[in-house]
Amino acid sequence: MRIQCPICGSRDRREFYYKGDALALKRPAPDAGAEAWDDYVYLRDNPAGWHSELWQHEAGCGAWLVVERNITSHEIRKVTLAEDAT
Amino acid sequence: MRVQGKGLIDRSRPIGFRFDGHRYEGFVGDTLASALLANDVKLVGRSFKYHRPRGIYSAGSEEPNALVTVGRGAGAEPNIRATVQELYSGLEARAQNAWPSVGFDLMAINDLAAPFLGAGFYYKTFMWPKAFWEKLYEPVIRHAAGLGALSGQANPDKYDRGFLFCDLLIIGAGPTGLMAALAAGRAGVDVILADEDCRMGGRLLAETKEIDGKPGFVWVDEVLAELDSLPNVRRMVRTTVTGAYDSGMFGALERVMHHTAQRDGGAPLETFWRIATKGAVLAAGALERSIAFRNNDRPGVMQAGAVRAYLNRWGVSPGKTMTVFANNDGAHQTARDLLDAGVHVAAVIDSRPDAPDIEGVQMIKGGLVKAASGGKQLEAISVIHNGTTEQIATDCLAVSGGWNPTVHLTCHLNGRPQWSEDIASFVPKMGAVPGMIAAGSCNGEMSTAQCLADGVKAVECALGITVKVDVPAAEDDPYRMRPLWAVPGKGRAWLDFQNDVSVKDITQAATENFSSVEHMKRYTTQGMATDQGKNSNMQALALLADATGRGIPETGTTTFRPPYSPVALAALGAGAQGKGFAPERKTTSHVFSEKMGAPMIAVGLWYRPSYFPKAGEKTWRESCDREVGYIRHSVGICDVSTLGKIDIQGPDAAALLDFVYTNMFSTLKVGRVRYGLMLREDGFVMDDGTTARLSDTHFVMTTTTAAAGDVMRHLEFVTQCLRPDWDVRFTSVTEQWAQFAVAGPESRALLNGILDAPIDAESVPFMACGPVSIGGVKGRLFRISFSGEHAYEIAVPSRFGESLFETLVARADAMEGGAYGMEALNVARVEKGFITHSEISGRVTAFDLGMERMLSAKKDCIGKTLSWRAGLTDPDRERMMGFKAVGAAKMLTAGAHLYPEDQDAHRVHDQGHITSVAWSPDLERYVALGMVRGGSARLGERLRMVDGVRGIETHVEVVDPVQFDPEGGRVRG
Ligand SMILES: [Zn+2]
Repeated sequence: MRIQCPICGSRDRREFYYKGDALALKRPAPDAGAEAWDDYVYLRDNPAGWHSELWQHEAGCGAWLVVERNITSHEIRKVTLAEDAT
Repeated sequence: MRVQGKGLIDRSRPIGFRFDGHRYEGFVGDTLASALLANDVKLVGRSFKYHRPRGIYSAGSEEPNALVTVGRGAGAEPNIRATVQELYSGLEARAQNAWPSVGFDLMAINDLAAPFLGAGFYYKTFMWPKAFWEKLYEPVIRHAAGLGALSGQANPDKYDRGFLFCDLLIIGAGPTGLMAALAAGRAGVDVILADEDCRMGGRLLAETKEIDGKPGFVWVDEVLAELDSLPNVRRMVRTTVTGAYDSGMFGALERVMHHTAQRDGGAPLETFWRIATKGAVLAAGALERSIAFRNNDRPGVMQAGAVRAYLNRWGVSPGKTMTVFANNDGAHQTARDLLDAGVHVAAVIDSRPDAPDIEGVQMIKGGLVKAASGGKQLEAISVIHNGTTEQIATDCLAVSGGWNPTVHLTCHLNGRPQWSEDIASFVPKMGAVPGMIAAGSCNGEMSTAQCLADGVKAVECALGITVKVDVPAAEDDPYRMRPLWAVPGKGRAWLDFQNDVSVKDITQAATENFSSVEHMKRYTTQGMATDQGKNSNMQALALLADATGRGIPETGTTTFRPPYSPVALAALGAGAQGKGFAPERKTTSHVFSEKMGAPMIAVGLWYRPSYFPKAGEKTWRESCDREVGYIRHSVGICDVSTLGKIDIQGPDAAALLDFVYTNMFSTLKVGRVRYGLMLREDGFVMDDGTTARLSDTHFVMTTTTAAAGDVMRHLEFVTQCLRPDWDVRFTSVTEQWAQFAVAGPESRALLNGILDAPIDAESVPFMACGPVSIGGVKGRLFRISFSGEHAYEIAVPSRFGESLFETLVARADAMEGGAYGMEALNVARVEKGFITHSEISGRVTAFDLGMERMLSAKKDCIGKTLSWRAGLTDPDRERMMGFKAVGAAKMLTAGAHLYPEDQDAHRVHDQGHITSVAWSPDLERYVALGMVRGGSARLGERLRMVDGVRGIETHVEVVDPVQFDPEGGRVRG
């Protein structure tokens, strides 16, 4: 699998660290309540299809990326810098 | 036998080689298989299960039978297919899976026991009693069944791996692939043309039909010459594309040096390539299938196309009296080529009553070969025709049941091939591998002319361009074939030669309701050998379809997975053997530490000294105790450069630290250091360490050695993903600074001997930091302690590390101190109850460590909200305490578990476990840290400690984690 880093270009997936659901970008307020925090830290959808997720180009420029990847085919249709997504 | 006037071998260059100890001769251009056939060697191995005699069956990588071991000693390579092993001078090969020899194999007794070893025998026959299975059946079967064995010694050969990039990867260099390469090459795109053979051309080297009015191989040579003149085309021979992966990635194995005895020229034996492509053309061709009949596995029964290949490419006839058995017109060419070469063809048996005639040959139309006879090689066939059976003497029968497109790579991303009634086989589904276009006979195009045209079309389709290439004239015969999978009759008719699967095994599987193709495969082991059933899967599933009364498309195929043909693990893991397994990080004091005799231990990727032995010391403990004495009573020096150091700068640097640490850093004064605790968002402890404030906007954070990478990634996540609005930048400076602990009562005295400006208690109090100068070199001094002693850490740019370390050690030596290693460092910290990742195991909270007061109420931080969950603050949780032995045995061990004194050492009574243990020379006993339910509420209580692994049991008392200098007076000096 290859990922198109917006800064470095197309790179092998071995250069990237995978964190999972891009939901991690949406950190709740401290007082958001147990349910919101449970959702944020633990509950993940597992769609057979398109998934928005976080990868870090750790062995490259260090950028955290939001990658839209189809989990069934590994097709990637969109990659953006995480700092532009928040 | 050799046939005069045929073949592309170089008869002026004979080559000597050995097979099973016998000396033979072949020619440059031969494979081991062609040379063996030229020498009339028919028996080359024994089958896996029944040890039935095996001969060369094919002329390519699909070979199921002729697996041999090449070479000797440590570098001997088992399971090499003789059909792809190029002959070289001095080659030594041995037959496998026969004992004591291939000609006289005692294990052939298995064949007589066949009624007990049929489909599913693993699952049925030997199930009970259990002890029999483990002690009797399995060892016997394991000994009897098997492929070639590894030498058992370290592999002396070199392997390599690499990345390649191209616009278009063309897989296979037969007519389709060559035409595609020509079209793409002329269009100027970057092309990689890969073929598993040592010589490109595919079937064109094996057939007599002309292209463009010339022999096929002549046209091939012309194309190759043009391709080689194009700088944008890279040709890779001996390279099997083994797998198709996501985003246009392909795996490919290049057998770089298997064709030569040379092993010391620096080139690797094999290279595993990862090829990143924008598009690909699959021109993998087709594999000829067999027709099953009784004893059809006898040496001498071969693929009809392989017989043509041996004749036309290698100038060999595999027999003296040839016969052909087919269900299609194409196989008739085998008889014609043999006749033209002057080889006797006794008969051609075609299962179709309406088959065409061949001039000069006895044609038996509508006939079937019922059985083969002969012991270790074919002697005759019985042919049934119009109700009568006739015996025909023959030593080689060329069989063709038609051709199967090589669809394997199109299935690697889960695509299923589609059934084509036209060719009675499966063809690739368009788009099964995004960007890869199947073309030519692997796409069901069976004539040479169709293949050539399809090659051009595929390039246009893959690249989205139009190319102008003249497609040369070539054979365009229709593919006339009537499916025939097996000849009915008594006795065992074979499908999978490598795993000894017969037609009966398939029908038996169906009878026992293993009717799904995937179940049938596993029950019978059909297609599960190293050739993955390339010669037999299609037949097996057609027979399963018949047996279950379904059509073939409904029955479906099994899943093709990478690799297409076997890949040595040594190639996949190339470069990762021995020292190549992981990079080594070394400190600036490494060389000097080794000079002092310190055994180095791996800490992550770093190497750190364990201890520094002195003359007369017999055990590591003696050295360690002495070094602890330096820390406690004079002064010790330790390289602590491996701790992660992150330089953080910017107006929001303090805000970042407040957010990632539980405690406050914005209130830290410039010139001061503070200990910080870092949590994960789920409330568990991630890391700890000290951070120094060098200016209002400049901090240096230290992390543990183990978690340096994780923390760096975490900071990147927080600043890019959660707070991109903050104006803060940071970078790892671990490699840039060499840092040494100077610990012990004499530490300040030692430092004052080397600092350009002396320090005192006022100028550098506990937890102070600031710039210093050492002989003019600008460094940093931190008054921090990981030992509970009056101590400092001094940092200089790495280029000064080695000399500073040597200076510090020499000064310490003169003060009856010296260097100390990881062991002594650990003793001092366990005595003081300081934590490491032995305690921060990923399951502990600040509360568990007794650090809940470090959770600042004044601000939010990562992990704060969830760390207050009821389950994480339950007083009954396992919390960190100290332990000392009070039983008869005084030994404590890390990993031992704790139980109430009156209870069994059973998990239901578990109270916790010991995490760290050290011998304290000052306290003259073991000191330990560990986790115990209830924590401080258990203070003074006695527990059983049981180390089930090491067989150590004693009693312990729960004590305060700080066992040495509990008042903490020493650290303030
Ligand atoms: Zn990048």
